[in-house]
Amino acid sequence: MEPHGERPHVAGPSLWPIGFAVGIACVLVGLVVSWPVAAVGAAIALIFGFLWIRDVTGDYRGDRHELAETDAAPPVVVEERELTGYSRNKFLELSTLGLGGLITGIVVVPILGFAVAPAFVNQELDEVDLGPLDNFPEGKWFETTYLSNPAEGEVSRRTAYIRNNGDLPDRQNVPSYTIISNRCVHLGCPVQASGPRAEQEKKVQTKAGELTLTEVTPAAFSCPCHGGAYDTEGNRTAGPPVRALDRYAYTINGDRLGLLPAYSVAWVKGEGADALIKRYEHAGPGIHVDGAEAWLYPILPADVAS
Amino acid sequence: MAITTRKKKQSKLVELVNIPLDWLEERSGLIGGVKYFLFRRVPRDTSWWHTLGSATLTAFLVQAGTGVVLAFYYKPHPDTAYESIQRITNDITLGWLVRGMHKWGASVFIILMFLHMARVFLFGAYKYPRELNWIVGVLLLVLGMLEGFAGYLLPWDQTAYWASVVGINLNGTGPFVGPFLAWFLQGGAEIGGNTLTIFYALHMLLIPGAIIGLILLHLYLVVRLGVSSPPWSEEAAGRDRYVVTTNGRTGLVNPKPRSGRPK
Repeated sequence: MEPHGERPHVAGPSLWPIGFAVGIACVLVGLVVSWPVAAVGAAIALIFGFLWIRDVTGDYRGDRHELAETDAAPPVVVEERELTGYSRNKFLELSTLGLGGLITGIVVVPILGFAVAPAFVNQELDEVDLGPLDNFPEGKWFETTYLSNPAEGEVSRRTAYIRNNGDLPDRQNVPSYTIISNRCVHLGCPVQASGPRAEQEKKVQTKAGELTLTEVTPAAFSCPCHGGAYDTEGNRTAGPPVRALDRYAYTINGDRLGLLPAYSVAWVKGEGADALIKRYEHAGPGIHVDGAEAWLYPILPADVAS
Repeated sequence: MAITTRKKKQSKLVELVNIPLDWLEERSGLIGGVKYFLFRRVPRDTSWWHTLGSATLTAFLVQAGTGVVLAFYYKPHPDTAYESIQRITNDITLGWLVRGMHKWGASVFIILMFLHMARVFLFGAYKYPRELNWIVGVLLLVLGMLEGFAGYLLPWDQTAYWASVVGINLNGTGPFVGPFLAWFLQGGAEIGGNTLTIFYALHMLLIPGAIIGLILLHLYLVVRLGVSSPPWSEEAAGRDRYVVTTNGRTGLVNPKPRSGRPK
């Protein structure tokens, strides 16, 4: 590699590339239209390509006459002088920065909004129809799976443990239900009903997709991931969970059971229809809802989500 | 006579090879840049330990290459992700090999990062003036782990799903911002279809982009600051530089042998 001097190593101007380009165009057209045209194009391209290369490599082959040396214009000497006050330069610099910042902002803010906001808006789920009340005889537990968001499909299938507690103590003919989420409040694995499990599962078709109901007889609930254990009211009995299992609110529409959004539970006293539930806004697994640690979570996403 | 003709021909040939290279060099300086990068000075007692960084880079390039090809066949949707992985593994020619390289290569990448970090630490190569490169390296380590976390969900089998549930909820227990981070990663209040595509985008676009940028910065600093000699070296690291006199600091200027014994 030789050091390059002041003058750039550029081949002189040449008209041959035009002919070469025409030849290539002919080849491309000929490929579609007919072979003779392509052949003629190839010939043109070859001839002009040869001429072009001959032109360009003249320097290397040594039969090119030197370009006449032209004297470079003498450098213009600019007198520098102290500028005072608010210079035009400064103004242009600041307006470039300002305008650039504005344009960047206009582009970036919506993108960031799109990246973050969808996770926090439209997060309210519709009520889920859990089918006829007759499917839940008194005193029995059912492991129930349902689609929490039918539009999203099977990926939204969730599991809840449902028990009919019989009529409310103070109201005749109004049944009470315990509906416990299967999501472990340690880190969100699925808790299992510890106890016998019916071999047959019952499938129920609703407008919002298929429900499955499996009768279970839990002595407790336990989590396979890290050993969290709960009693049948969802109170923590062992392991790392920080509160009791989440529960779902419910509604009775005529003769059908409807599932409402979940809420978090610090503890439950009593059982079944008589249970006293310390209830909080729904929080993610592992989040303390009561006690000093709850101060670590002053605002939850559910507070700002819509 | 014959010899001179051959020599003449040879020099003509060399010149012919040089023409395009000269053309490139004159317009970009790339040839000189590559030469500067490849033929820079290193201490004469660099050892195999100094190759761990290049090994890590190689592991990353393997991940990048195999990842691009896997993306040809992977379908990031809750209904198809698992099946597409099965197809890659069982049906598509050599898919098992490329997926295996990507899967095991991920662990190799992480392990090599730790070994490289241990080498730099034990050799004291993080000290002045290379502190910034240590910091960049730590960022690369964090991004490498994030890459592993995001990639783990993609097979969309039971292990992947529940491990990611646990991982996301671990993030969710962080004070103040944790719950928001979890919702952002899930793309909503619950893990679902969006989670898969978000993790896919993080895994193959955002995090690798950041890693590539930081690797370039890392390499730039390696070339700029030079390779440090091992602690047992009797030779000085670095080379003569301009004397910096602004605050009396000399740094690598006219370095002295570490052992104090002149060579």
